[in-house]
Amino acid sequence: MIAEIGQFALLLALIIAAAQVVVPMVGAARTDATLMAFGSRMAVAQAALLAAAFAALTYGFVVSDFSVSVVFQNSHSLKPMLYKVSGVWGNHEGSMLMWVLILAIFGAAVAVFGRNLPPTLKARVLSVQAMIGVAFLAFIVFTSNPFMRLDPAPFDGTGLNPLLQDPGLAFHPPLLYLGYVGFSMAFSFAVAALIEGRVDAAWGRWVRPWTLAAWVFLTGGIALGSWWAYYELGWGGWWFWDPVENASFMPWLFGTALLHSSIVVEKRDSLKSWTILLAILTFSMSLLGTFLVRSGVLTSVHAFASDPARGIFILIILLVTVGGALSLFAWRAPTIRGGGLFAPVSREGALVLNNLLLTLACATVLLGTLYPLILEAASGGASRVSVGPPYFNATFAPIMVPLVAAIAIGPLLAWKRGNLKAATVKLRIAGVAAGGAIVITFIAVPGGPILAPFAMGLAAWLAAGAMVEWGSRIKLFSAPVAESWRRLTGLPRAASGMTVAHLGLAIMIAGITGASAWRTELITTLAIGESAQAQNYSLTLQAVENGRGPNYNFERGTFLLTDRDGDTLLMYPERRFFPVAGQTTTEAAIKTTLLADLYAVIGESRSAQDAGQKWTVRFFINPMVPWLWLGAFVMVGGGLLSLSDRRHRVGAPRRKQRPVPGVSGAPAPAE
Amino acid sequence: MRRLLLILPVVLFVILIGVLAVLTLQTKEGRDPSLIPSALLDKPAPEIQLAAVSDDIPGGFAGADLRGRVTMVNVFASWCVPCLAEHPLITRLAEDGVPVYAINHRDSAPEASKWLKVNGNPFTAVGFDPEGRASVEWGVTGVPETYIINAEGIVTFKHAGPITAKVLKDTILPKLREAGE
Repeated sequence: MIAEIGQFALLLALIIAAAQVVVPMVGAARTDATLMAFGSRMAVAQAALLAAAFAALTYGFVVSDFSVSVVFQNSHSLKPMLYKVSGVWGNHEGSMLMWVLILAIFGAAVAVFGRNLPPTLKARVLSVQAMIGVAFLAFIVFTSNPFMRLDPAPFDGTGLNPLLQDPGLAFHPPLLYLGYVGFSMAFSFAVAALIEGRVDAAWGRWVRPWTLAAWVFLTGGIALGSWWAYYELGWGGWWFWDPVENASFMPWLFGTALLHSSIVVEKRDSLKSWTILLAILTFSMSLLGTFLVRSGVLTSVHAFASDPARGIFILIILLVTVGGALSLFAWRAPTIRGGGLFAPVSREGALVLNNLLLTLACATVLLGTLYPLILEAASGGASRVSVGPPYFNATFAPIMVPLVAAIAIGPLLAWKRGNLKAATVKLRIAGVAAGGAIVITFIAVPGGPILAPFAMGLAAWLAAGAMVEWGSRIKLFSAPVAESWRRLTGLPRAASGMTVAHLGLAIMIAGITGASAWRTELITTLAIGESAQAQNYSLTLQAVENGRGPNYNFERGTFLLTDRDGDTLLMYPERRFFPVAGQTTTEAAIKTTLLADLYAVIGESRSAQDAGQKWTVRFFINPMVPWLWLGAFVMVGGGLLSLSDRRHRVGAPRRKQRPVPGVSGAPAPAE
Repeated sequence: MRRLLLILPVVLFVILIGVLAVLTLQTKEGRDPSLIPSALLDKPAPEIQLAAVSDDIPGGFAGADLRGRVTMVNVFASWCVPCLAEHPLITRLAEDGVPVYAINHRDSAPEASKWLKVNGNPFTAVGFDPEGRASVEWGVTGVPETYIINAEGIVTFKHAGPITAKVLKDTILPKLREAGE
């Protein structure tokens, strides 16, 4: 019964979304306030209906209603409650439902919070947002119905893929979708602005917080996914340049560029056409990612339930939405006139460089991801290649070096016309820090790759540069303490947010460098009581015991790790066997210090006639890896700090003239 | 000129969608996206280090072990019937003095160990790869598969599928000779 309610809510949402495409668009064309106001109400209703549908599906999972096909395929009565709930989005149908729910929530957010948007722009944004909604709701209803019933109902479910039964992965998809789908806002605003034929500072002020929020979610989601791959797959790696990973990384790169170019639109009324294009491209990367993950044209270690028939449907959606938006752009962009002019050396110039490099980086990743497909299609299937980490490392890293070097300089340049010389003088300290980091790394880690110390130097340059910029804003050391304090408290949170996010990037670069340059790997087999040596550590397999978890059996090793000073540490890696799925997962034991991760995995056992049982053992020393997650965390923190800026909460400055409206929602003035 | 520049994204995008559509339709009709020819041809053999299957089977080897003379690497599994079919020919090659290394692909140690005891173990060393990790590095697409590596450690030839008497005579032996030159 509940599932039928969900089904009904889903269909109703589709109908409302279809109406939401037409009514506000017509209203905006006729400047009819009533019709435009209808758009807002429909956006809220659509979100409420999809929330009801999502709740109905969640209920099916929670009570293990196996008469619902998706629940049968992805759940099991013995599964812990957390994974029953996360099973809702651990499959194609449920995750698509979550996708459209988030899309509708963003639409409703514009309806509710967008009171001070120009009414026609708001109506058009809601209409465009509903167009995406209609496409994907139709996709769900016609190809991936999550409420399909089974008759007779099976006795028990087939279980969720054991790899996905992990707290990290339970929250990874929602975050990722909030990011992916969040970029739909920028897309809808871009298309609405093209229809409107007007892009102004107010537009930039609106797009920026939405983009920033999506970016924060996506950053968190990617970091969480990478962390999961690191500890769950048991390979000790954290990024594989896998097509599915790239699918989430490409919108991130474009989104980061968009984040920066929208500043120029907001503050300087310039770079408008480019920002519009970027907004369209960012969301098209999200859609492309959705296609790549679900169509089955590429193989991936993160295989999703893939189905070419669905792939064709998504391609049609892509063609209509993105193709339509790009055509609209080609037609209308010439009418958008740029405002402020600027010299090449200026804040704007630096942000253009940022955009060029990020776009180039994204193009590189896109090419690497799609090249095998393009070559295959071009050669009629005769030529097939795989593009792996060597390509990405060789092309991506060189683009990042000038980008990171420039990040320290850009914020020190003035708008319109900057003084490069003055900026360089200010950055002397950063230069010293970089030099120091290079020398220290070179001495501390003599044996590693020659480029590693320079990468550490780059990280130090960026960190010190960010601090210099922050210090110069508050006149640290150059003015009395009281004056600095006054400036600090008056500093916009967006400015501090930038400093924090750039510091996070510096921390992450240090982590990436350490993790890729100085990693130690040991693979061997050990019997109980045997030891192996890795760097300064001696690893002894003390015991292996068997036991039962809630829905799995495990084999747990006890490792005694002794370092050169005789300090000891116990580690307990596990191998879990899930009988329902017939699948085994590894649970790495990770001991982390701020400087390195010790990472142990116990593999399969085998018996030998004379030596008894032996276990395959993998042991990694991953230096600096914790900095990776720390860096991502700090970047997210920077984004949140910037998002909490008064400017975004208060909205457009013209609002300041009015009395502050009550938070509890006094009726909005007629829009 | 500006117009042209503005239309460029549309054109590129439509081409991309076309390519993806063709491949998606082919996937629908049975295209296997995981099929990849050896990316390793004329490249150095992977440096990956593999543990032994068990104590009584000589083994564990690394990329470095493959240098210094012409060697072969055979990917096999106890569950793979064609592997059993080609086993006598592999054994003959080994008896003729070609060092043959083996990657035991996605197998269980007791099974693999038993299989080698029952059918004979012609291999110089056997590397245990239960999770198919080495196979990823080597670009293995199926079992059995055989690689020829020259003295510099460069992969010169790959044969997918079982070695038959004809394959042995027409390709493997000539390729081995070529690799030795």
